[in-house]
Formats: sequence, structure tokens, C-alpha cells
Amino acid sequence: MTTTAPALLTRLRGPLTFLALIAAALLLLPLLLEPFRLNLFAQYLCYAIVALGISLAWGRGGMLTLGHGVFFGLGAYAMGMHLTLASTAADPLNTTGLPQFMVWSGLTELPWFWKPFTHPATAIAAAVLVPGAAAALLGWSVFRQRVRGAYFAILNQALAAAFVIFLIGQQHLTGGTNGLTNFPVFAGHSLYSPTAQTTLYTITVLTLAAIYLLFRHVNNSRYGKLLIAIRDAEDRVRYLGYNPTWAKTLAYALSAMAAGIGGALFVPIMGIISPSLIGVIPSIMMVLAVAIGGRYSLAGAATGAVLINAAETTFAETFASGWIYLQGALFVLVIALAPHGLAGLTRQAATALTRPRTRTTPPAPQDTTTGSPA
Amino acid sequence: MARTRRGALTAATTALLLLTTACGGATTDGTDGDTVTVGMLHSLSGTMAISEVTVRDSVQLAIDEINADGGVLGHQIEPVIEDGASDEATFAERAEKLLQSDDAVTVFGGWTSASRKAMLPVFERNNGLLWYPVQYEGLEASDNIVYTGATTNQQIIPALDYLREQGHTSLYLVGSDYVFPRTANQIINAYAQAHDMEITAEEYTPLGHTEYSTITNDIARTEPDAVFNTLNGDSNVSFFQQLRSAGVTPDDTPVLSVSIAEEEVEGIGADNIAGHLTAWNYYQSTQTDANTGFVEAFTDTYGADRVTSDPMQSAYNAVYLWKAAVEEADSFEVDDVRAALDGITIDAPEGTITLDGDTQHVIKTARIGQINDDGLIDEIWTSPEPITPDPYLTGYDWAADLTG
Repeated sequence: MTTTAPALLTRLRGPLTFLALIAAALLLLPLLLEPFRLNLFAQYLCYAIVALGISLAWGRGGMLTLGHGVFFGLGAYAMGMHLTLASTAADPLNTTGLPQFMVWSGLTELPWFWKPFTHPATAIAAAVLVPGAAAALLGWSVFRQRVRGAYFAILNQALAAAFVIFLIGQQHLTGGTNGLTNFPVFAGHSLYSPTAQTTLYTITVLTLAAIYLLFRHVNNSRYGKLLIAIRDAEDRVRYLGYNPTWAKTLAYALSAMAAGIGGALFVPIMGIISPSLIGVIPSIMMVLAVAIGGRYSLAGAATGAVLINAAETTFAETFASGWIYLQGALFVLVIALAPHGLAGLTRQAATALTRPRTRTTPPAPQDTTTGSPA
Repeated sequence: MARTRRGALTAATTALLLLTTACGGATTDGTDGDTVTVGMLHSLSGTMAISEVTVRDSVQLAIDEINADGGVLGHQIEPVIEDGASDEATFAERAEKLLQSDDAVTVFGGWTSASRKAMLPVFERNNGLLWYPVQYEGLEASDNIVYTGATTNQQIIPALDYLREQGHTSLYLVGSDYVFPRTANQIINAYAQAHDMEITAEEYTPLGHTEYSTITNDIARTEPDAVFNTLNGDSNVSFFQQLRSAGVTPDDTPVLSVSIAEEEVEGIGADNIAGHLTAWNYYQSTQTDANTGFVEAFTDTYGADRVTSDPMQSAYNAVYLWKAAVEEADSFEVDDVRAALDGITIDAPEGTITLDGDTQHVIKTARIGQINDDGLIDEIWTSPEPITPDPYLTGYDWAADLTG
């Protein structure tokens, strides 16, 4: 490649678009959107963080993970437990020092695994490390047995179902179906003030950007190439002398950690975490968002998550009683007409525009990391 | 090429649709000109829709009646309808939208405890006012919620008193696995301990569970005096069918249910459940002038095949109670309306009801009913007088351990 001016511009197009998007998100949106809308947008971004993880595990590593709600939930509950304890401590009417649901369930002492969550630092660390460790353990044990494809997807799904049943059944420890809610304070600051909401939004945007850059780096590294090889021909990689188990486990754990971070940010923004947000259906929705955005592209996956959630809100507000059909129709349309998602669609359009009539079919997305963010 | 163009067209259409609808949400002031905006927030999709749509219908009926009668303080009520989608987080999100974007002066909504718990912080931090229409597990008080359904001492405790009066001293507990049945059963256990009653079993199944033969055979085998049923939703259909197949009749072992009203009896099938008992504060058959009018208006509007139930009636009352409080306060402001709540009295379908300002619950009569062959419910026992709400059961010594 020669370094002519147009070529340089082409090379810089990606980073410039990226910086422009962050600047717009940080400077423009808080001015344009009323606080409620900004808060909603921050929620979508949390799902975008999860989507980045799914794109890494599924798009890159070929692991169809239909149970990412579990990792999202582990991160969310870690944060939710801390916020619950902080709110309990700040409540002058509560003399027991226990969250209300524990009092009603007949507990007189805080369960041992709740105690570390008194400190915000433990909660934040747990929100990243617990999902990572859980995924590493699960990944290592099943990838070693060469469990993959549909079997891996079903296993994930079962995990999500089991996790929800555990949360609901252990009401005295987890808050049951109601989940954890009502968090007015975090580390001595009110979470209800407009500044707190803007701060949370800023943190979410920056976290999303950081994880995007990290995963992009992972994708472009030799390890990223190895993941593609494993995705496309695992047995051949094995013959070549690589051990796919650790490579897949690492990608799966990274993906789970992203989901945990997304969950931990989601809780103070949304103000609630409950089993219905992390079960089988939410897990499928997370994967669906990535499918719609384009699983081979990190930017596509993140955009998909934002668009799907925005579409859900918009449809639900406009057609209170029939929105769910519209949402379903949107899914069917996108998957039927654009199997590589919106990111694949932009790529096709770009190809068609720059090289009209030389190709009748777009190239298969062998390596999609070099594309600009959609 | 054709393929690409079609794909691009779809994307463009989708984007356009998103943009146009996203910009469509213009905000209106709570009391703009001749209208006043209120929110209606129920599940119109998902598993709870079948129940919550009936409640939305009765809130809409009350609003239409009030509007036809001149509105509230000269303002026509303009409802903004949102879908809670049977999902707690959606309830919280939509509640926030109603209070912040739509400036709703009050919101009628919720059914499940989980949805109420999720909305509570939203209403507290925005100082909104939520009217919650369903009987619930108590142990809650918020300045920003008015509870127009029964709390435990207006439904569960009278039901236990009734069973004890009838000489039923051994109870089998079966419930769905969530907060209401679990809390209800804790109260029942404490009550039983204090009154020398025996709890033979306490079984929980997940919401939506349909396989009850183990439990129904267990009931047939152990022959408890009565079953206290806190199952919710369509699980009841399977439970009562399988109970009947197991040979358990209402004469041997009556089942007293606290979540089955006229609407649910239809789904279960009257022949499967006739003879069993329910505990509520209102039945379609309740004999008051207001109820005659309510049932007539409801069936005229929505069809002669529709039934009325306790939650529907409580939701209908909520609108009239709110109207009366607004008129008493001469203001739509939440703080003014709240200050006016105490002592507001209306002639409701369930009889004369009064708001208790301390708890923001309704003083109401408890009624035990027996399901008849037509699928309606006949009153067989009524509390001697309206019961003052006691959500924390402070008036009951045996409940001291429950409330912490």
C-alpha cells in the first residue's frame, strides 16, 4: 500500500469516525435529549457493551452463546447487592441493617456472601471477575470435551434457565422475582440527581469505547486470527498443533466479562435488576440484537443493540397494544433480507457504490475488522 | 444488485420509521387548557396481559364516565396508555416516561408485586402518585402509592378466620413461587401457630407450571381439612383439573383461593372449580346499587359475555377516589391530593369505602365466596364491618416476628 494522500485519508477514516461518534455522544446528546431519554440511551449502551462481548464469542469465535443473560446478571447482581446494602445503611427507618426482603423472609443476619459487597470496590471487581471466572470454568470444562455448535448453545440456554430458577427460589437471599430495586445512593452520592445520571451516562460511553478498542485489538491480533481459524475449521487447527480449548475459553471469558460490566452499569442507570431481565428470553434478545447488527463486526453488533432497544421503546410508545408484532416483523425482515445484519448491509452498499456492476454478489465477510464503524 | 437494493430499502425504511416515531413524542403539560393528563400503565402484552387488560378496560370505563359527566375540576381526563409488557423493568421505564415526558398528574397501574416494587422508587423520586388496584402481600407503605386493593388483614386473615370458624384446622399450602405466595404463607404459618392449626405441607411451583399430579395426589392421600391456594395465572387451570381427576371434591377438601376471580373461573372451567372457595372484597354478584350500575355499564361497553372482578372494581374505584381527592384538594398537585386523601368516601360497587390517610389503603369489607355452576361467585360470608387496613399487621401479636 502506498501512502498517498487519499490512502492516508482512508486509513484515518475509521479512527476519525470513532472519535466523532464519541464526541457526539458525550457533548451533543446530553444537550439534545431530555434526562429521561438520555437515561434510556445509557441503558441501550449497556446492552451495546454486552453485544461487543457476544460479537467476540460468536462472530469471531463461533461460540453461539444463548445464555449471556447469566453473565450480565452476575455483574448486575454484584452491583445491585452493593446498592441494596448502601441504601439499607442510608435508610434511617431500617433498624435491622438488613435489606427489607430478608427481614420479611425471616433472616436475622446478613448471609456471608453478601458481606463483601458492603464495599463498592469489591462489588465492581466482582461484577467483572465473577462472570469471567464462571465463563472460564464452564468454557474450559466443555470446550475440553469438544462440546460445540448447537450443544453448546443449548447448554448455555439451560444455564440461563437454571440461574433464573435459583434466583427465584432463593427469595430470602436474592430478592426472588422482585429482584433488587430502590437504590437512592452510591458511595455517598445520590443516584437520583441529574448530575449522577449524566455521570453514569458518561462512564457508560467511555466504557463502551474502551471495550470496543480492546476487542478490536484482540480481533486484529494473531490470537484473533486463531479464533477465526477455530471458528471456521476447529479440527484443522487442532491438526496444525494448536489447542483450541484455551483460545475459546479466553474469548468466552472476555465476552462474559464484557456482559458483566454491561450489567453492573445497567443497574444504577435502570434502578432495578430482576430475574426477568436475565433469563432465557432476554439472553436470546441479546444475541438477536447482535445478529441484526451484524455479528462479524464489533461496531455492527453494538449498533444493533442500540437500534433494537430504541426500536422497542419507540414501537411500544407509539403502539401500546401491538408493538410486539412490529418488533417481531422487524426481526424477520432484517434476518431474511440481510443475513449478515445491518453491518453486512452497509458493506454491500459500499461495495455496490464504489464498484458498480463489477460484482453481482457481495464478497463473503471473511475478515470484517478492517471496516469502518457502521 | 436487486438483492442489495431491496436490502438497502429495508434499512432506509426502518431508519426512517425509527426517526419519525422517535421525534413524535411531544410533551404536554399535566393540565393543559381543558384537559388533564393521567397515565395508564398495565401489561398489554406478555403473560400478565390477560388479567391486566381487564383492569385497563375498567379504568378506561371510569375515565369515560367521568369525562361524560364534565370531567375533574372542569378538565377532561386524557389518558396516556403505556404497556408494562409483563416485565418489571419496563414498568419502571414507562412510569418514568409518564411522569417526566408526559407530565401525568397521576398514574393508574400495576398488577404484580414485582411491577409495583419496580415502580415504587420511580414514583418516590419524581413525587408521582400511583394507584395500585390489586390485593397484595402488605408490608409496604409509600407516600407515593395508594393501594385500592386489599392488604393481608383484609383478605388472607379473614379467610383464615373463616376456615377456622368452619372447623378446618389442617391446611395444605400450594402457591406459585414468587413474593406474594411466599409472604402470604409466612403469615398463614404464623397464624396457624398462634391458633393451634396444622400446616400439613407448603408447596411452591414456578409461575406457568402445569404438572400438578404429584401435589394433587398428595392432597388426596393426606386429606387435609382445606387447601389454601396462592397459585397465580394459568397454573390454576391445570391444578383444578388434576385435583378433580385425583378425586378430591369441594365437600371433602375445599380449596380456598386468593387469586381466582370471575375472570379466571372462566378459564379454569366452572365444572372444574364449582364448590370451591375464594376470598375477595367484591364479587360480580355483590348486592349494591353501585354494583348494578357498574356491571351494566361494563357489559354495555365491552359486551354481555364479559365479567367483572375484584381487581377491575378496585381499579375502577381508584379513578373515582382520585377524582374525589382532587376535588377535595381543589388541585391536581400530588402533595395537595395526598393531603386530601384521608376520609375520602365513595359509594363503590363493593359498598361504601373510605380512604385511610395514614396507610393510603382503603377501608373495605372482606367477603368469602363460593364458586357456582354458572362460573359466578356467591357470597357465603361477609366480615361484620369494613376492616381498617393494617399492612404491617401491627394489630396482631402473633405477627410480630414477620414485620421485623
